[in-house]
Amino acid sequence: MVRFENVGLRYGSGEEVLTDLSFAITRNSFQFLTGPSGAGKTTLMRLILMSLKPTRGLITLFDRDTSTIAKDEITAIRRRIGVVFQDFRLLDHLTTYENVALPLFVQGREERSYRAEVTELLKWVGLGEKISAFPPILSGGEKQRAAIARALIVRPELLLADEPTGNVDPSLAKRLLRLFVELHKSGTSIVIATHDLGLMDQFDSARRLVLGEGRLHVYD
Amino acid sequence: MIRRAGSSWAKGGSTFMIRIAGLIDWIKGLSRIFSVGERLTLIPADSTAGRALVTVIAIMTFLATLTGGSAILVREASRDWSATAAREMTIQIKPVSGRNAEGDGKKIVQALQDLPGIEDARLFTREESARLLEPWLGSGVDLGELPVPTLVVVKLGGASPATLATLKDRVRRISPAAVVDDHRGWVQRLERMAGALVIVALMVLGLVLTAMGLAIAFATRGAMAGSREIVLVLHFVGASDHFIAREFQRHFLRLGLRGAAFGGLAAIIIFLLSGWLTSRWSADPAGEQIEALFGQFNLGGGGYLTIGFISAMMALLTGLISRKVVYRQLRRVG
Repeated sequence: MVRFENVGLRYGSGEEVLTDLSFAITRNSFQFLTGPSGAGKTTLMRLILMSLKPTRGLITLFDRDTSTIAKDEITAIRRRIGVVFQDFRLLDHLTTYENVALPLFVQGREERSYRAEVTELLKWVGLGEKISAFPPILSGGEKQRAAIARALIVRPELLLADEPTGNVDPSLAKRLLRLFVELHKSGTSIVIATHDLGLMDQFDSARRLVLGEGRLHVYD
Repeated sequence: MIRRAGSSWAKGGSTFMIRIAGLIDWIKGLSRIFSVGERLTLIPADSTAGRALVTVIAIMTFLATLTGGSAILVREASRDWSATAAREMTIQIKPVSGRNAEGDGKKIVQALQDLPGIEDARLFTREESARLLEPWLGSGVDLGELPVPTLVVVKLGGASPATLATLKDRVRRISPAAVVDDHRGWVQRLERMAGALVIVALMVLGLVLTAMGLAIAFATRGAMAGSREIVLVLHFVGASDHFIAREFQRHFLRLGLRGAAFGGLAAIIIFLLSGWLTSRWSADPAGEQIEALFGQFNLGGGGYLTIGFISAMMALLTGLISRKVVYRQLRRVG
């Protein structure tokens, strides 16, 4: 699904921030991406999302070499990936419902074809009462769940979640983790970037990708 | 949220306002979910920059339609002048000693009666000539003491060049002092002047369109910079560049339609008002002269359709330019 071979990344003429990354994310796998703050977790996710280009090495996404992918194909590949941003990135002028429905809307689907689906998912993540609320009046946890719902609505093959429990209390973090595990059981590969050891301990059968000093160590 | 006793009114007031704002937002959101046929607006519709752009487009459309309408008026007036001048011919019989100019004039009128294509030939009386010269010489002047030529006005009704040649020949035989003026030089000068005015109007129109294009390009770049976060999110949720460009186009087309409608409507009101005022003025002699010179300020159906067409083009142009700018920016950013 995702393969990194000797990938390196540097900004400008500085030192490499990521060095010789080689790993693979297989179908229906679950992994935590961890490491201290500033280790490059978000950067690694951006490489997977093709919003950054590596300085060297080879990245393969869904069996396609990312260095040769055309712009239109990038769009098609991104539709197979769900993303939960650390800072949620909900659009403030859209309701919770509209934010969650956004990935389906941009695919050109008719609103009535997904209305029930979006409403059901919002209820599932506990936002059934906030369906018509705008993000500025949602709490941190509610925003987090809305962002997760937006990533899940397209039933992605790969889910990237950057610190998805960073803004919620431990009990909600546990619920959110259960949500990811459920999704994993339904066939989605999950990558959760976190430095919350407690969270990782709750699902210790997951693979751990540990970033430190620009290098990646994989613990299966 | 529970407000503690002793907290200030200001704090309480702001909490109340936040709640009200939240309630309004909730009602707005609910109405959007259950509204039928309403499309999701990804680029926020109302902003200060948006309102400024609507104003710019309204002003540009007003100027463009005013220029276009004026060009139509000038062209129509020029056609009227040309048609009127081409239907008339003036024969001047200069006073020469030993000849009776008025007698020659009568003979000429007689001689032209049977020519085909001549509708009417009429000798101007002394009183009519005096009235023509009144603006320059004043009233009560005895023309008998002045070397004023006698005039014969000929109305043509599709006379052929051969007939005109015969006419000139007959006039020359009756009076060698007679000069036939078919107004051709005057008509040509008028047509040249009207043509030049129309070209100037088209150039102004071109400049207005260019200025508007640049204003829209800058506004689009500004809107893109302001909506950077939205563009980023749209990309990550799987929106293509085409989709994003279309969203911006839709947003700017909406602004363009609003601006163009205001501008076009203002121009229509100006033309209607001018037409009404000139029709009132034409009741007095000065108004008659203005009307003779500039024609009526009446655009007609075609003119108003042109204003509508220019306004629609302005709106369309707004959408197309913004789409192109967004698409190019997205490609450049990668």
